[in-house]
Amino acid sequence: MSWKSKLTPYLLLIPTFIIIVIFIYWPAAYSFKLSFYQESFFGNRSVFVGFENFIDLFTDPDYYTVILTSFLYSFSSVFITIFIAFLISQLLVQNIPGTRLFRLFIFAPYAISPAIAGTLWSFLLTPTVGYLNYLFLELFGIDTDWLTTTPYAFIAVMLATIWKMLPFDLIFYIAGLQSIPDSLLESSMIDGANLWQRMWKIKFPLLSPITFYLFIMNFTTTMFASFGIIDIMTKGGPLGTTTTMIYKLYLDAFAFQNNGSAAAQSIVMFAIMGIITVIYFKGVEKSVHYQ
Amino acid sequence: MASSISRRNKRNLILSEITLIIVSLIIMAPVLLALSMSFMNPNEVYTFPPKLLPSSIQWGNYKEALQLVDLGRMLINSAIVAFFITFGKLITGTLAGYAFANFQFKGKNLSFMLLFITLFLPAETVMILPLFLIMKQFGWINTYYALIIPFTASATNAFLMRQHFMTIPNELSDAAKIDGATSMQYFWRILLPLSKSMLGGAALINFVYAWNLYLWPLIVTMDDKMKTVQIGVKMLIDAESANNWGTIMAGTMIALVPTLIIFFAIQNLFVKSLVSSGLKG
Repeated sequence: MSWKSKLTPYLLLIPTFIIIVIFIYWPAAYSFKLSFYQESFFGNRSVFVGFENFIDLFTDPDYYTVILTSFLYSFSSVFITIFIAFLISQLLVQNIPGTRLFRLFIFAPYAISPAIAGTLWSFLLTPTVGYLNYLFLELFGIDTDWLTTTPYAFIAVMLATIWKMLPFDLIFYIAGLQSIPDSLLESSMIDGANLWQRMWKIKFPLLSPITFYLFIMNFTTTMFASFGIIDIMTKGGPLGTTTTMIYKLYLDAFAFQNNGSAAAQSIVMFAIMGIITVIYFKGVEKSVHYQ
Repeated sequence: MASSISRRNKRNLILSEITLIIVSLIIMAPVLLALSMSFMNPNEVYTFPPKLLPSSIQWGNYKEALQLVDLGRMLINSAIVAFFITFGKLITGTLAGYAFANFQFKGKNLSFMLLFITLFLPAETVMILPLFLIMKQFGWINTYYALIIPFTASATNAFLMRQHFMTIPNELSDAAKIDGATSMQYFWRILLPLSKSMLGGAALINFVYAWNLYLWPLIVTMDDKMKTVQIGVKMLIDAESANNWGTIMAGTMIALVPTLIIFFAIQNLFVKSLVSSGLKG
């Protein structure tokens, strides 16, 4: 192809666009259509019902519980992960003997799938043979079946989520910390700032764009991609205390065959994604301003 | 004064060293303990308090895991799926990245925007239902097509490659033009060879992502012959009604080791590409 051909860039983009139109844009549009239909009583045809699926959803108190669970689970996992990652990243940028090896081990959960993470943590917490269960029993006298008891199942799912998400955040904080000029930290040391002050009053504000990016990325991960952890560990139980929005969507679509409601739920999740996107861009604009 | 500072530094260094050893042990503990248990015989698995190490290496759990669920076949499926998704994403991503980085054309901003929006429409989760119905219409349920094709293009890869191509000086493409090379010759012979490490990093991230997919393979494969190892582990947990954790952990190791080995082998490349895709893309 010659450089002057006007067609070249379009030909280059065609493969990508064929895939995203068929497998992203079409299903997205299809979701909208499905959300306005309900299966008829005998399940043999679809009937247009307008906004009824949405009305059903938002007049069902259980759906608010699911939304609350999702947000509680996401926010608490994200805050804890970011906090721990920020602390540990300080250690990993020092030139300590063995840093490369430590990073290797600490980053490892990134390569492990959410489903496997769920399996590993189920095993650690299982009443009969679990190491962590044993530790909790010895240290705090907690003797419980972690995955089927009310507050514990939620905590168990969070532990697995945090463990799985931590490396991602660490990688970005380490990259960020390495880009802070040494002169800045040296001058603050001469001014008498101690370790703790340097960490929270200088490094943390400087890294706020990264923290913001991580917050958005982690939030979407926990909202949408944590399905594997929940499906393996608790299946949404006990009593629905770990049923997140994506898990309910899956149950309604594939266990109860309630397509209309599931589609309406996807639209609600799209809306949440839309809001996150807007927040992300507002935030990025801001951080670009003060740099 | 000087000696007290150096003494304090030394103390901090030792403290950091110890903290890091503890942290890495805690983070690796789930994997190490699972590995250890996968080699224990059933009697050892159920000792209380739990034993840290098996008295001798037993392969029985691995044999049982492979018999209970056809993990061998599923490993092959996972490898096929992950390989083709990675390959597809690299092809579409480099081509699109090249278009955005090196060409001016009508609709550039619009197409960029259309691609960008897809970052916020996670197909493998939020749209599973319509995507599943579309696959049914195509007759692709229980096929590799359904497992692979929907994931062979992504905005992330296109943007990552675009960012990378933009760092390559224009003089190179000018020189290629003067020498009479076509745009595709420049792409194959100059641009891609210069992008080897970026392509390698992107390949790794995509491979791990594809290998670890769970929800989509779960719903789109009914036939055991088409399932991936991630689903195999779930089947193992369901099949092991007696909860023989030794067997389940053996299965887990089988599903986990490939990505972990890749990660350990080329961690640097991996981390570098992840950061450049995230911070700039």
